[in-house]
Amino acid sequence: MLRQILTSAVFAGVAAGVLAALLQLWLVVPLIMEAELFESGQRVHFATDGSTQSDRGAPSVWDEPLRHIYTIGFSAVTFTAYAFFMVAGFALATRAGHEITARRGVVWGLCGAIAVVIAPAVGMPPELPGAIGAEVVPRQVWYLSCVVLTLIGLTQIAFDGRSRVWITAPIFLLVPHLIGAPHLDTYFGVAPSELASDFVARVMGVAMISWVLLGLFAALIWTRSEEA
Amino acid sequence: MKKNAQAIAATQSQTQAKAAANADLMGIAGAVLLGLTLLFAAGFAQAGILHDTAHDMRHAMSFPCH
Repeated sequence: MLRQILTSAVFAGVAAGVLAALLQLWLVVPLIMEAELFESGQRVHFATDGSTQSDRGAPSVWDEPLRHIYTIGFSAVTFTAYAFFMVAGFALATRAGHEITARRGVVWGLCGAIAVVIAPAVGMPPELPGAIGAEVVPRQVWYLSCVVLTLIGLTQIAFDGRSRVWITAPIFLLVPHLIGAPHLDTYFGVAPSELASDFVARVMGVAMISWVLLGLFAALIWTRSEEA
Repeated sequence: MKKNAQAIAATQSQTQAKAAANADLMGIAGAVLLGLTLLFAAGFAQAGILHDTAHDMRHAMSFPCH
């Protein structure tokens, strides 16, 4: 079991993490680099004369190769961390008599994306560089609490056969949003709103694909190493 | 005498199953701990160098960054 956990988590995590980073370098990182032009003042969108106009276009990702190698590396580490949680879940589910298959792995992945990216984004959307938010530690606490409560809600729906889950699961899913994420009472954004909405939509899209790949890879390796 | 041996064998296999189950639980706990360590380092630690090199990934993964 221990070897099964280690191999599934490491191989699936690194593979999904590298693929996720490539998708991000294609779709998300250029928007981060473009936002940095507004953060540093090289480009100004909200000019003092009241006009809101600026050029569109991101710097080339080929300008800073080392920076993107770090991104690929950290993406692999982060997805390996996610993979350890997912595979620990596989082990618990197997102990409880549930079967892990590649198709179920895809659903595990979708639930991971919902818990880690989509649900927290409802209270605290992914932010471009230059966005000024509330203090980072309370936001991290809210983010992690939202992830954990969403996971509890989703786990109940997936594995708890009792009918009371249709009351308790929505409570777990809604509580973080009823409490609400820490926010400032002022807008500070310097980047165009189009850039921010592009960024949020792409972060979510890439997260869905990356998590589905993680679930699929982890389940495939898990079932293979079970047979061995 | 035979019954006794059977009883001992049964207890032994129960003990082994229990040990295996405990080892599984240790493995699961270890996996969660490893996951937490990696996630904290990559996603949440505020130390300068970690923050700077993980910067784009943190934004792209929608972690609260700074």
